[in-house]
Amino acid sequence: MNDTPPNSFRNQPDDRGHFGEFGGRYVAETLMPLILDLEREYRAAQADPAFAAQFDDLLEHYVGRPSPLYFAERLTEALGGAQVWFKRDELNHTGAHKINNCIGQILLAMRMGKTRIIAETGAGQHGVATATVCARFGLPCVIYMGAEDVARQSPNVFRMKLLGAEVVPVTSGGATLKDAMNEGLRDWVANVHDTFYIIGTAAGPHPYPEMVRNFQSVIGTEARAQMLSRAGRLPDLLVACIGGGSNALGLFHPFLDDADVKMLGVEAAGHGLDGDEHAASLLGGAPGVLHGNKTYLLQDEDGQITEGHSISAGLDYPGIGPEHAWLKESGRVEYTAVTDKEALEGFQLLCRTEGIIPALEPSHAIAAVADRAKTMGKEEIILMNLCGRGDKDIFTVAEKLGVEM
Amino acid sequence: MTRLSNAFAKPHPAFVAFITAGDGDTAANLDALVTGGADVIELGMPFTDPMADGPAIQSANLRSLGAGTTTADVLQIATDFRARHPDVPLILMGYANPMVRRGPEWFAAAAADAGVDGVICVDIPPEEDDALGPALRAKGIAPIRLATPTTDAARLPQVLEGSAGFLYYVSVAGITGKQQAATAAIEEAVGKLKAATDLPVAVGFGVRTPEQAAAIAAHADGVVVGSALVDLCGEFGEEAPAKLEELTSAMVAAIKTARA
Ligand SMILES: Cc1ncc(COP(=O)(O)O)c(C=O)c1O
Repeated sequence: MNDTPPNSFRNQPDDRGHFGEFGGRYVAETLMPLILDLEREYRAAQADPAFAAQFDDLLEHYVGRPSPLYFAERLTEALGGAQVWFKRDELNHTGAHKINNCIGQILLAMRMGKTRIIAETGAGQHGVATATVCARFGLPCVIYMGAEDVARQSPNVFRMKLLGAEVVPVTSGGATLKDAMNEGLRDWVANVHDTFYIIGTAAGPHPYPEMVRNFQSVIGTEARAQMLSRAGRLPDLLVACIGGGSNALGLFHPFLDDADVKMLGVEAAGHGLDGDEHAASLLGGAPGVLHGNKTYLLQDEDGQITEGHSISAGLDYPGIGPEHAWLKESGRVEYTAVTDKEALEGFQLLCRTEGIIPALEPSHAIAAVADRAKTMGKEEIILMNLCGRGDKDIFTVAEKLGVEM
Repeated sequence: MTRLSNAFAKPHPAFVAFITAGDGDTAANLDALVTGGADVIELGMPFTDPMADGPAIQSANLRSLGAGTTTADVLQIATDFRARHPDVPLILMGYANPMVRRGPEWFAAAAADAGVDGVICVDIPPEEDDALGPALRAKGIAPIRLATPTTDAARLPQVLEGSAGFLYYVSVAGITGKQQAATAAIEEAVGKLKAATDLPVAVGFGVRTPEQAAAIAAHADGVVVGSALVDLCGEFGEEAPAKLEELTSAMVAAIKTARA
């Protein structure tokens, strides 16, 4: 299916959905036939030019793609090192990269004849994107959201409701993203006959990690062509934040075989990697099995999952997509982590130097960019995925900065 | 003959009783199940993220973890049970991550040492058998698989391949708890499964009353009850053993009359 060289980094997963030892299909038997069916339908859709044409058309006219590639001149000056460029996926309809994947999955759902959509959401961005495509195609939609996140992301909860979605607050466990995902899986096993589960990141059972990556790869494919035409060459370093890893893979994947392009994935270090209050699965976790795949997880010595923490609700998931686990072990991508405090500084830095209010998720990437740019030469290029805008986060930021609104 | 095959060779269908380890006085609760006549014990290993379970068993998992239950505690409960009840088969049921955390070989060896007869891992389907199956088989522990209403004829051989002990038929597409499948649908499904395997077929999910148990026992080799027992542990705490014994006795009595 892929015409990549044998030693390519772009020919994962294998036909069982394994990225090296990671990934796979760790689901209850009830879901297994459905997962296999989904894979068959996805393969058929991949081979169908009409599917690609519809996807591309919606991305262009509904989402607003291609998103711009932008040279951040004042930020570059302020940092005094490498040139910083942004892939502006925060300008997409609904304000983040999440919609790219939702368009792909809802087209697949309709192709499979499914009539009901469910999804989990953390920050609410994936929930909003899912509710949006459901409204666009007239399908009923149930969004599971941790009760804790319902409280801290109320603007997005209201958006989802305006769009006609039913938002179900999940109170089990820690009442955040992983619990919402558990509830989504519980709904799915009980409604397999008519329901499609739109997973919001490049995680879950095969084929989700591969499928979400492929839908999000529009980011990197566009950026690569835009960079070549604007700068006449490829960037030296790609940077993206990582919750489950979909925006990062979307940017990285089309560049994986460009040996001179380095890549940096940025996890959420919360209050710091030395304690328990972080969401850095790769840097602070260990391999295990959760939500349908084998990957790095935040867990204790008995394999009980621990709650992630991040200032950003979109990053505090205790797992990570399995392809990142593999890219880490293969050494192709470097991973680092940025604290809440550093992310908040990155957020403010971008507001003031470029007139862009970023989401707290990519604010982590901005902090990492600020750090790296200073150590690189002025002729070098950093390309960062600015994957979401910050409207949803202004209340959180105001609170952290001690501002009454 | 193994403890498990003996349990299914009795003149009546087996009563398979599930409770969560570490949810209350588990030793006393297990003894009550045995006194009540349970033929097979399924001991749930608590997990933070019990994705296939409904509210009753989710709560039991949280109560157990909240009380500080560790994997070592679960294994100790099994070891002590084996010493008290040398002939009653004991199965560990749970999710993959706590089972593979220290490596599948470690888990299989520890379970074998604790006298465990079989393991049901909810989220390791046949496709991922390598993650645990070979280690269990090497230690003589039966990997018990689930078949569900979505397991079609094409897929069934793969589910049966490498499974042992008995086949657990999950009678509803859904999570553990209250909803129940129609008896006619169960009869048909069990008939198809039994035509495909010599393994005993036990049926569970949604069985709460002796009447339901009897209706299933008319067709299946075993009846599994979980949430109804777990609810008693949650509701009665220290007083649970008497309640567990009472419900178990009633279930067993009903099962024994089912084929009379
Ligand atoms: C703007 C934004 N960026 C990043 C993420 C993290 O997800 P992923 O790592 O899949 O891109 C989220 C998740 O909600 C998000 O809303």
